[in-house]
Amino acid sequence: MYPSRFSYEAPETIEAAVELLGGARGEAKVLAGGQSLVPMMKLRFASPEILIDINNIPGLAYHGADPDGTYRIGALCRHVDLEKDGELGTLQPTMAAAAPLIADPIVRMRGTVVGSLCHADPQGDWASVMGALGGSVVVQGPNGRRSIPCVDFVDGPFQNVLEPDELAIEAFVPAPVGTRAGGYLKLERRVGDFATVGVAVSVEFSGTQVARAGIGLTGVGASTICAGAAAEMLVGEELNGDNIARAAGHAAEMSQPRSDHRGSEAYKRHIVATFVTRILSSLQRTTQEVA
Amino acid sequence: MTSLFEVVTTETPVDTPVRRITVTVNGKKQTLDVEPRLLLAHLIRQGLELTGTHIGCDTTHCGACTVLIDGSPVKSCTMFAVQADGHEVTTVEGLTSASGLDPIQEGFRDEHGLQCGFCTPGMMLTAKALLDENPDPTEDEVRWALSGNLCRCTGYQNIVKSVLVAAALLRAKDNVEEDEAP
Repeated sequence: MYPSRFSYEAPETIEAAVELLGGARGEAKVLAGGQSLVPMMKLRFASPEILIDINNIPGLAYHGADPDGTYRIGALCRHVDLEKDGELGTLQPTMAAAAPLIADPIVRMRGTVVGSLCHADPQGDWASVMGALGGSVVVQGPNGRRSIPCVDFVDGPFQNVLEPDELAIEAFVPAPVGTRAGGYLKLERRVGDFATVGVAVSVEFSGTQVARAGIGLTGVGASTICAGAAAEMLVGEELNGDNIARAAGHAAEMSQPRSDHRGSEAYKRHIVATFVTRILSSLQRTTQEVA
Repeated sequence: MTSLFEVVTTETPVDTPVRRITVTVNGKKQTLDVEPRLLLAHLIRQGLELTGTHIGCDTTHCGACTVLIDGSPVKSCTMFAVQADGHEVTTVEGLTSASGLDPIQEGFRDEHGLQCGFCTPGMMLTAKALLDENPDPTEDEVRWALSGNLCRCTGYQNIVKSVLVAAALLRAKDNVEEDEAP
């Protein structure tokens, strides 16, 4: 399959990329890992006039925690960079659980976290992870930078709120208010498939009490669902069978799955509740062991 | 009679933008003019006539078109040739050296790691990247690393065996080289 003709630019600074985006008046696409964009161009779902390859911009491949605990992921950080980071399990357990479940190992070599957020696929895993963690996307336009919370970043399937002349340069997660714990579970029919259901849970503990919590749901709605209300029920409490069951039930109610070849609506709701319960129960056991 | 095809006698002028790139393919540095929309897989197969790289699904699923870019496996149907500018590409043809088959190729031959052979180039290159990084992988690690490459014939058993045998061959070879070192 051949994509439509386009002209190719490979700027070496963020400013040059933003200028090119501005000049293209909405007819440009940004190429980072290309693992979703290139197939879409081949299928001609996307036919940009200009392709702006940001891989030659130095200093965007970073990921890590600031001294204050803010965790930052640059626009060229690949999935594999997170998957192979041995410290990630301690600093960002939800991300560490999700990273090896993105697509397949070869796609993870090139695909980027920020690119995946921008692609805004309702079945993308990172959007629910970042939603659960309360993360944001930093974008740069001609008038400077702004950050957009992940819950507001996507406004529909494959649609984000970026202006045509803005470039997403980073995603970040604010510093935890307590000890960070969490997990990500994904049901897929085979390796590399999109999620039938994906559930991201993040909990910050102050002692054994929940200080902050977030839940993100993949593949069970027209876009990623942040089941914040289900998670907030846990704040101020110690995890126990009752409140875990309530949160799981509420998350399942907040999901909006549709019956398709991957499963019926009822089945998918059931998986949401099961996954929320599994992750929270394992966190409950861990906190009890520590205490 | 209406003909089903016409011989085009005049070239239609098309404003095709071309970019000059320099890529090192299997150790040979080349400068090429490519249209930006040319996929790396097509450059390799049609432009450079290295038909060992196969195109299977053409939708980033199967991994038959896997090549190594600077040592990392990449699905070459999901990368434009212009993106390879300044990088090193290794295809299955690059595995074989003057001294004969690569231990990975020996492993696939000895353990019957292929039937129709379509997925084999991608399997071997993904295996090479794994063994370069982890010379002594467990069976689980091999299965995990190969999970982006699909095979419709073997049921994977012999492919996994081939990679484990290749790993042992490589380790034995490295030991011999170390012993021979002064």
